[in-house]
Amino acid sequence: MSTQVSAGKHTVEQVEAVTIRFVGDSGDGMQLTGTEFTRASALAGNDLATFPDYPAEIRAPAGSLYGVSGYQVNFGAREIHTPGDAPDVLVAMNPAALKTNLADLKPGGMLLVNAGAFTAGNLEKAGYKTNPLEDAALTQTYKLVPVDMNKLTETALAGSGLSSKEVARCKNYFALGLMYWLYSRPIEPQLEAIQRKFAKKPEFASANAAVFKAGHAYGETSEVFYQRYQVPASKLAAGTYRNVTGNFATALGFATVARLTGRQVFLGSYPITPATEILQEMSYFKEHGVVTYQAEDEIAGIGSAIGAAFGGALACTSTSGPGLALKTEMMGLAVITELPLVIVNVQRGGPSTGMPTKTEQADLLMALFGRHGEAPMPVLAAQSPADCFWSAIEAMKIATKWMTPVLLLTDGYLGNGSEPFKVPSLDELPKLQVKYQTVPNYADGAQYMPYLRDDKLVRPWAVPGTPGLEHRVGGLEKDSLSGMVSYDGMNHERMVKTRAQKIRNVVEDVPDVETFGAASGDLLLVSWGGTFGAVRGAAEELQARGKAVSHVHLRWLNPLPKNLGEVLRRFKKVFVPEVNDGQLAFYLRGKFPGVDPLQFNRINGKPIKIGELVGKVLEVL
Amino acid sequence: MSTNGQNVNTALPTYTKKDFESGVDPRWCPGCGDYSIINQVQRALPAVGVKRENIVFISGIGCSSRFPYYMNNYGMHTLHGRAPSFASGLKVSRPELQVWIVTGDGDALAIGGNHFIHAMRRNLDLKMLLFNNRIYGLTKGQVSPTSELGKKTKTTPHGSPDYPFNPPALALGAGATFVARTIDVEGAHMGGVLKAAAEHKGSTLVEVFQNCPVFNDGAYEFLTDKAVKADALLRMEQGKPLVFGKDNKKGIRFNPQSAELEVVTIGDGGVTEKDILVHDATREDPTIAFMLANLSMKPGFPTPIGVFRNVRMPTCEELTWQIIDGAKAKKPDASLEKLLAGSDTWTIG
Ligand SMILES: Cc1ncc(C[n+]2csc(CCOP(=O)(O)OP(=O)(O)O)c2C)c(N)n1
Ligand code: SF4
Ligand SMILES: [Mg+2]
Repeated sequence: MSTQVSAGKHTVEQVEAVTIRFVGDSGDGMQLTGTEFTRASALAGNDLATFPDYPAEIRAPAGSLYGVSGYQVNFGAREIHTPGDAPDVLVAMNPAALKTNLADLKPGGMLLVNAGAFTAGNLEKAGYKTNPLEDAALTQTYKLVPVDMNKLTETALAGSGLSSKEVARCKNYFALGLMYWLYSRPIEPQLEAIQRKFAKKPEFASANAAVFKAGHAYGETSEVFYQRYQVPASKLAAGTYRNVTGNFATALGFATVARLTGRQVFLGSYPITPATEILQEMSYFKEHGVVTYQAEDEIAGIGSAIGAAFGGALACTSTSGPGLALKTEMMGLAVITELPLVIVNVQRGGPSTGMPTKTEQADLLMALFGRHGEAPMPVLAAQSPADCFWSAIEAMKIATKWMTPVLLLTDGYLGNGSEPFKVPSLDELPKLQVKYQTVPNYADGAQYMPYLRDDKLVRPWAVPGTPGLEHRVGGLEKDSLSGMVSYDGMNHERMVKTRAQKIRNVVEDVPDVETFGAASGDLLLVSWGGTFGAVRGAAEELQARGKAVSHVHLRWLNPLPKNLGEVLRRFKKVFVPEVNDGQLAFYLRGKFPGVDPLQFNRINGKPIKIGELVGKVLEVL
Repeated sequence: MSTNGQNVNTALPTYTKKDFESGVDPRWCPGCGDYSIINQVQRALPAVGVKRENIVFISGIGCSSRFPYYMNNYGMHTLHGRAPSFASGLKVSRPELQVWIVTGDGDALAIGGNHFIHAMRRNLDLKMLLFNNRIYGLTKGQVSPTSELGKKTKTTPHGSPDYPFNPPALALGAGATFVARTIDVEGAHMGGVLKAAAEHKGSTLVEVFQNCPVFNDGAYEFLTDKAVKADALLRMEQGKPLVFGKDNKKGIRFNPQSAELEVVTIGDGGVTEKDILVHDATREDPTIAFMLANLSMKPGFPTPIGVFRNVRMPTCEELTWQIIDGAKAKKPDASLEKLLAGSDTWTIG
């Protein structure tokens, strides 16, 4: 669907959705370019989703293939579920970026390259024998637009007094300016953003602004482009929006908990990609009642959180796979002491250091079962960057209500990816109640029994500073009432079963799954966590093609929603796409005997693509 | 954050030792040095001036770490080596609580070595009691990081081939602001050290030489045996010369030529009392304290007990809350609405 209108000497084509990928050297500022363009799209009212894809090396050698950093944004006038399968536009800042990304560009797509970077040296580093820009096939397959951004940037900054190195660093703003022109974005907000970003270095502010404007003007005057594009505002629900990454949204969710309850939220954490931003962002929320503590390792990160929880704080810890492994002994302690705690695991490619900057969903079974002893805990997975906000609040709500550690799973794709977040009004926020025991609860108020449970099996929370309720908690099994150390075998069995039943009781707070599409049919797609967008997109496409395909998404992995078994059995086939080797499928087989899901497993460090998934489903229908 | 206890009694009750006994009978082996330590702690606490409900004992795993169960305070018996991490989180979160850590030589220095040094360097006001029996008690007699070189244990039947840690030296190296040592059988001395530890604000290590009669009996006889005690033990007292031996005739002198501490005898070769190093635990520079901590490593030198270092520096929790209060003061109009909206929004509809 596109309409043509003419504006000035260029026609403006209206398009419904576009996917752009910016790729360049890790020193080229592609993450910044991508985020800035995303901001402009958000301000223009588009729905969007982004996918930053960067190397593990901070500054890989310039021009190398493994040093390529990318940022993909999909924005549109319609609902956007994913960062887009294949880019419509590829902005490549050097030969290595072209080489590693060209295969993804849609045939007929626009290929905007910085021709100035296609020097003999860079071509060699990228493994090109000849200059691909001179390859006729390239021009036949794509709309190739070579622009010498190096030279044009230099021209724009002639006489600026900046060193040639500093000048070179500005060229990403040329690309950005050009894209602003191409997508008919107003430039003022960006000029203001540049002023803000470089407020302390006015010479860089004016240089980047000049280069940005030069890029914009180049579009208008160069005669290279015969038309511009416009993506109208989307029909998102009325409201105020902001763009959030998943990690920011997680941090925002926890800070919101502090405000909602008036209680201290304590985060004990240790930096690890791709979870670090949660700790960083939360350290800026001090005025809202957040306390952050950077511990000496992940073990101490969760230890400090459990200590703070014993003291009455709403405690959380954040990490990624290897860090979660380190925390497992501590998670057992949190289970046996029945203290509230949220553990956030931003999953990444594993095992071990694996693919630290790439996404994966391979910690599901670890989250569900990866502890010593019988140690069940609620497990929740966020489904989109903005949903990380709601998930963080929900996880803390369950933790405090049920006096249990809760595991919140997100992933690198959600953590770094972004989308518009509808700013909730205060009455849209959940109600959280934090209750401390302040008086003895036994023998007519003569004694405090830390394991005297209520009818939901929840034990009371008495915190230091409360006179008369002094008690000890710890890793040794406790008497089911007094909380004294107990080596009685039957008491242990009772405690194991009681703790398990308590977690099963949490199901009363787990909403039933909603079936997207018909209530029964040929095939049910079942997703969990970060694949929500891709699977929903695939379901929409399959339904549009008249297929009897529905979709169910799981936010809660433990306990599973009450109606899940019944829903699964209403379909002839159950199909589980995952970014792992089949962990949810395995879990469902065990939980629902007779249900044997078909699987699609992509473990390449990237989110699943809608088109690919649609193809796989069509094969089995 | 404060608790919401409704019946908080603001006046400090008059406590006796009994108020700090949980009523659970300790289950240490008969004759274990841990009994005398808990006895001294329970005797010291009534005079500390902190309400029972505001005191928390946090331990790791080991014989020593059963300690919190026997104290009538808030307590956590946690994981092997990890007690400092829980204590650190609690102290940062609730700085008004008095937080004690009880740990063993294996707990603090083997599996928990990393947490130990970080607790010391951060200068959180955490009071660590390290029960050093130079053996793994709870697991029945394996070599520990404080076992002597050559020590025969169940896992080193041919003698230990590795060198031990010296806990006060390690703590000083890590930046602890209060470092002391005492002995299980020296009740009065321990009482004094515990009182000073309770009064200190900042990272605190009290090493207690503790006899394990079952797996390492007599580990400290070289110090505590009446026949050798006078020459083997150096009692450090603030503001007093570092003298020891029968009639206090021996002393520690700082030799400026070799930059070392040496043992001299008053009256020999013109040595007078004025030559003896006067003990000052409040020196900000920890160098002399470190030398004293290492004194016993040299053959023929006595083993110091008492306070090596006692220096007041802003604590980590004080600095943390200064920053938090500063952030709050800077943004008096911070609110949930503002938090949610941020600064970069757009409106639809
Ligand atoms: C993770 C873990 N590893 C090992 C153990 C077994 N363990 C318990 S106590 C202990 C050593 C205790 O020695 P120490 O800290 O000196 O305490 P003591 O019993 O001598 O007081 C060990 C190895 C454990 N409980 N947890
Ligand atoms: S084993 Fe040793 S340290 Fe442990 S309780 Fe017995 S005597 Fe004490
Ligand atoms: Mg020991």
